[in-house]
Amino acid sequence: MTEPTQLFAVDNPLDRVARVIEGLLVVASKPLAASELAEAADEPLERTEAALGLVGGRLREGRSGIVLEHVAGGYALRASRETAEACARLFERPVQKGLSAAALETLSVVAYLGPVSRPEITRLRGVVSDSIVASLLERGLVEEAGRAEDGGAIRYLTTALFERVFGLTSLSELPRLDDIGDDRDEIRDRLETVAGLRGA
Amino acid sequence: MATGTVALTPRRLPLDIDAFEGPFDLLLTLVLKQELELADVQVFEIVATFVARYARPSEDGESYVLDLDAGGEFLVLVAALLELKARELFPDNPEIGLEDLDPEDAAAELAARLAEYRRVKEGADWLRERLEEEATRFFRIGPAPLAPKPPRELARQEPALLAQAMRGLAEEPPQLSLNHLQLKLPPTELFLERFRALLSSRRRFVFDEEVDELSRIEQAVALVALLELGKSGEAKLGQSAHLEQIVVWGGKR
Repeated sequence: MTEPTQLFAVDNPLDRVARVIEGLLVVASKPLAASELAEAADEPLERTEAALGLVGGRLREGRSGIVLEHVAGGYALRASRETAEACARLFERPVQKGLSAAALETLSVVAYLGPVSRPEITRLRGVVSDSIVASLLERGLVEEAGRAEDGGAIRYLTTALFERVFGLTSLSELPRLDDIGDDRDEIRDRLETVAGLRGA
Repeated sequence: MATGTVALTPRRLPLDIDAFEGPFDLLLTLVLKQELELADVQVFEIVATFVARYARPSEDGESYVLDLDAGGEFLVLVAALLELKARELFPDNPEIGLEDLDPEDAAAELAARLAEYRRVKEGADWLRERLEEEATRFFRIGPAPLAPKPPRELARQEPALLAQAMRGLAEEPPQLSLNHLQLKLPPTELFLERFRALLSSRRRFVFDEEVDELSRIEQAVALVALLELGKSGEAKLGQSAHLEQIVVWGGKR
């Protein structure tokens, strides 16, 4: 009988750091930055990052039920895709569940234009959004980000949980939307066309 | 009616939108009675419901045909609704209102707002797709379990010492003495006799000089004795001014 292949050599210092990182990430409920992991593990940042590579190689789709991911500016563990069906039988996803079109639209405003206040969201969407913002706050997808310098309304930003729910490393991963100038000209042309037809 | 295929009038159009569920005319009634916030009503949802019910594909299949009668009535109702909504959303605010702009600037402003909204809408569409893609994403949410506080350990104790401490607590405490608080007053008679003796030997004396070396308590008792002498007429008391020395001289006896 052949000996099973050993994934982590017990006496290798880097393997030891990798095991510590695994332990920290199992306990954590939010993504941890490499610097946070290094501090907790009492290891230099470089070695911690190398150990993260080791953990990532082991905990990945198709190889493990737990997957290491770089998300929301840090590292976190999640269930692998193949376990999703089983997870769904046992667990709910309260943050994502029942996100309406209006909620996604409001999230879009906050993600792209944040920090942004409720009156600004209302002006953009053309509909009062107070209850939707309150619901997003409750879900933890947006958070208060202080008031405007002139002491105006409270402004909001998306949270790390938002990035995690949508699988984003950071907000910079949001797609760049069409250039606003082109849209404006096109819409104006259309308005003028309609006005011309009415005049005629 | 142009088509005759739709019996339901737009007023009775059944709506099932975020802010309201029921016929269109009931929504209008509630809005006019101010029992429903018009700002919460998405007008595009009403329009989408109307189009879904009243539009039918044209014969060539390249476009849609609307019932003109229903469409006309619907346009009037929706236009009124939009006007009310616009007034509520932009109440007499010169910074927001478009009415002071000339038509060209107003069109530009409106176009800018619509373009901005379209951008947000595209973002929302991307988020919706992303959410569907990430439907298999399960991860832990909630606070990390906190480390339990270490139990407070007591120092090692000797049973005999503990018993001694307990016995000490069980003993009746000694009764407190308040003797030190009691005033020890000299008898008034002592001063009465003394002042009578002075009057008989000198016929006149100064009270302050006689009690100068006594304690304040003794001085107070001496004054009471003096007042007794005055009251009984055995002595007369006098002062040249307020708070000046008290002079005593013989009375009727």
